[in-house]
Amino acid sequence: MKKLLRFITCGNVDDGKSTLIGHLLYESKLLFADQEKALELDSKVGSRGGEIDYALLLDGLLAEREQGITIDVAYRYFTTDERSFIVADTPGHEEYTRNMAVGASFAELAILLVDATKGITVQTKRHARICALMGIRHIVVAVNKMDLVNFEQQRFEAIKRDFLTLATTLDFSTIQVIPVSATNGDNIITASAATPWYEELALLPYLEAINVEEDALATFTLPIQRVSRPNQDFRGFQGQIESGRIAVGDEIIALPSNERAIVKQILVTDRTEQEAVAGQPVTVQLSKEVDVSRGCVLTTDTTLTTAQKFTAHVLVLDTEPLVIGKNYLCKIGTQTIAGVITAITHKINIENGDLVAAESLQKNELAECTIALAEPVIMSTFNTHHTLGSFILIDRLTHMTAACGVIQNLEQTTSIFAQQTTVTAAIREAQKQQRALTLWFTGLSGAGKSTLANEVEKRLVLLGHHTMLLDGDNLRLGLNKNLAFDEASRSENNRRIAEVAKLLNEAGLITLAACISPLEQDRKQAQNIIGEAYIEIFISTPLTTCESRDTKGLYAKARQQEIEAFTGISSPYETPKKPHIIVDTTSLSIEQATDKIMRALASYL
Amino acid sequence: MTKLSHLDQLEAEAIYIIREVAALCENPVMLYSIGKDSSVMLHLALKAFYPENPPFPFLHIDTTWKFKEMIEFRDRRAKELGIEMLVHRNEDGVTQGINPFDHGASYTDIMKTEALKQGLDKYGFTAAFGGGRRDEEKSRAKERIFSFRNQQHAWDPKNQRPEMWKLYNTLVHKGESMRVFPLSNWTEKDIWQYIHREKIDIVPLYFAKERPVVYRDGNYVLVDDDRFRLEPSDQIEHKMVRFRTLGCYPLTGGLLSEATTLEEIIEETLGAVTSERTTRVIDQEAVGSMERRKREGYF
Repeated sequence: MKKLLRFITCGNVDDGKSTLIGHLLYESKLLFADQEKALELDSKVGSRGGEIDYALLLDGLLAEREQGITIDVAYRYFTTDERSFIVADTPGHEEYTRNMAVGASFAELAILLVDATKGITVQTKRHARICALMGIRHIVVAVNKMDLVNFEQQRFEAIKRDFLTLATTLDFSTIQVIPVSATNGDNIITASAATPWYEELALLPYLEAINVEEDALATFTLPIQRVSRPNQDFRGFQGQIESGRIAVGDEIIALPSNERAIVKQILVTDRTEQEAVAGQPVTVQLSKEVDVSRGCVLTTDTTLTTAQKFTAHVLVLDTEPLVIGKNYLCKIGTQTIAGVITAITHKINIENGDLVAAESLQKNELAECTIALAEPVIMSTFNTHHTLGSFILIDRLTHMTAACGVIQNLEQTTSIFAQQTTVTAAIREAQKQQRALTLWFTGLSGAGKSTLANEVEKRLVLLGHHTMLLDGDNLRLGLNKNLAFDEASRSENNRRIAEVAKLLNEAGLITLAACISPLEQDRKQAQNIIGEAYIEIFISTPLTTCESRDTKGLYAKARQQEIEAFTGISSPYETPKKPHIIVDTTSLSIEQATDKIMRALASYL
Repeated sequence: MTKLSHLDQLEAEAIYIIREVAALCENPVMLYSIGKDSSVMLHLALKAFYPENPPFPFLHIDTTWKFKEMIEFRDRRAKELGIEMLVHRNEDGVTQGINPFDHGASYTDIMKTEALKQGLDKYGFTAAFGGGRRDEEKSRAKERIFSFRNQQHAWDPKNQRPEMWKLYNTLVHKGESMRVFPLSNWTEKDIWQYIHREKIDIVPLYFAKERPVVYRDGNYVLVDDDRFRLEPSDQIEHKMVRFRTLGCYPLTGGLLSEATTLEEIIEETLGAVTSERTTRVIDQEAVGSMERRKREGYF
């Protein structure tokens, strides 16, 4: 029975990988005649000389031909007497790591091209690391352009040694290093006379022979894609068996409900079968009613479990940077669930494996991250289970596939939200795409604190910020209505406003607090409570101006001693020593004063 | 240990994709062109959901120039299987008398590409299965299995969503859609071998039979009805011909062949020296014509 092998080729732009595949297809004499004709035509169009250019077989898209380089993944198909092959040709230049990851995720084997004249390069290391990351277990290193180094064995052996050293840090099951010349065809289809010292298989015979079967003893897992319910008597769970085998009469566990049931019927597509194995699409009926829907998993693996938080190696695929706290949709197996990156442990340098601290991640960067999901889902580490251990993150706004990843560790807590650390203030801020601040407006009564706080809030909202305004007077109608106006009560009033502002900051909001807060010690206390988010805005309008405005008639009452301990009259106002922003409204319109505050705020927002 | 054959693996992949669409896409449809790839798609859809019928309708874009035998086959199969078969044609094009003889490339644009967009918009389909294969044509070789289309149904080859493992991203905004190609990784040989293995019913035009044809530009074109424009130099001959692909009869070349059984067709195909799209006149216009059409919303 003829089997299928999916492989990818990767290498530098000039390593000749397109030429290599072109040659495989061509020499296998499996190329269709009109494509060959088109190739000759294209070669002329491509102005690379009058000769047939094998590489053009793979460089399909018009735009790419104009650039003269491969920019995407191209798939080609060929068959020999021994095996059917699907080849993904993946790009060799740095900018398109994501395309290589796409090709690698689909392949069982990778051919890494190395230029014999250059040896192992930074790119080779990058490609080997991506192959390992995406779960490729079988590697062929094709040391190409051997003709340019006179087929020297020493040169080949040195490159082979270098690669095997590199591979010690990566998890491959098989590695074969073959000396080839893609343009001349040495060791591509048959053993080359130019390399008598290489006594192993040439490339194509090696690809025909290699066994890439996964562990046959794995336990049964069936992630459910869909429940089929054509009538009352039939309830079938549809999906593809990802590992192991199952037979009618076997007991399975349905996750996450953990119910057990016996397999009553197995349909492999439209055929009733007694058993089914990994890779087959099935519809399974169970002996009793169990709680199963899309995203559930039927299994015999008692260790398989749900988790809500995990660490993973994540590769960024989208142009939007990946940031802590941003909300994504996470697709694992057949489950899709909201998730958030709660921490970036470190970036991993794809070339040398070095670990670097990072706050956010750019396209083509790899990192170890912690991800928390909205609900527990069934998952596994990637090493145990490729399907239940790999995922993609989808941007909730653009719907682009933002990143892909493989799970390294599960954190099995029953409820992550019981632990305060999971959704942090930083996450809430990031979700609102802002920095939470408290704008503390201090100044005399009538200085313009409430008016300006109100105007600033309007501007912030127009800019898309999420805000809350705390007005000292208004709070006295509710939260602080049990407080008097003596110094201790005013200090307590102040403390409460600061505590509320802090809570609002933790909720991710920009808080505007308008309160006289006349004493340095009160403002100091507020700053201690609120922390770094505290921005002091001193409305420095002088007493004479405030008193002449006297919008609430309070100064008049204070002068007649109808109000005790009135700030500025019968109680001191201590001028702030180091406010972040100072505004005197005497000679400024409301709009000008607001402009001034907004300009000054720009660097804090 | 039973191991899956190459065809089993391709079948499993296609069924997985079809089930994902049924489970995740709001309003899917399967495009049905009546050809052999469509016959395979229909067969896979039946197998994927057995014993249920496919939980989506089928849509045929009728250019009004299809072979008569194709239309008969379509109607018979839909009735036998009890599936919902929608048919859409571009009535404006019909009124304007757009035809393959006078309008060349714009005929395909109006009666196929435009008609397809109309049909998809009319029913508000959010995902449409197509039978496209990557071995058919160069621009298809680089297209994703789940191919995102914007509100104008256009494909942007430079901005495709990366496709990792089997984790297909099916999300679209209102007005956007997906074209889904479950047969992406099949070759023409796989299609024929699968038709043989599964005993799939296909249009009789695929089998050689004596038919009235005219020889033009290296192809035998079937004189299917009296709308055929005979040139003064044309001579109707009766030849044993069969068709490797089926489209609009004036645009589809037949091959001289004695292959009257599937085995003989496969025998001929396995030894084929001409890949199948050569018999479709549309691709010959210019290098990259298919890519242009796909960017504009054609399959």
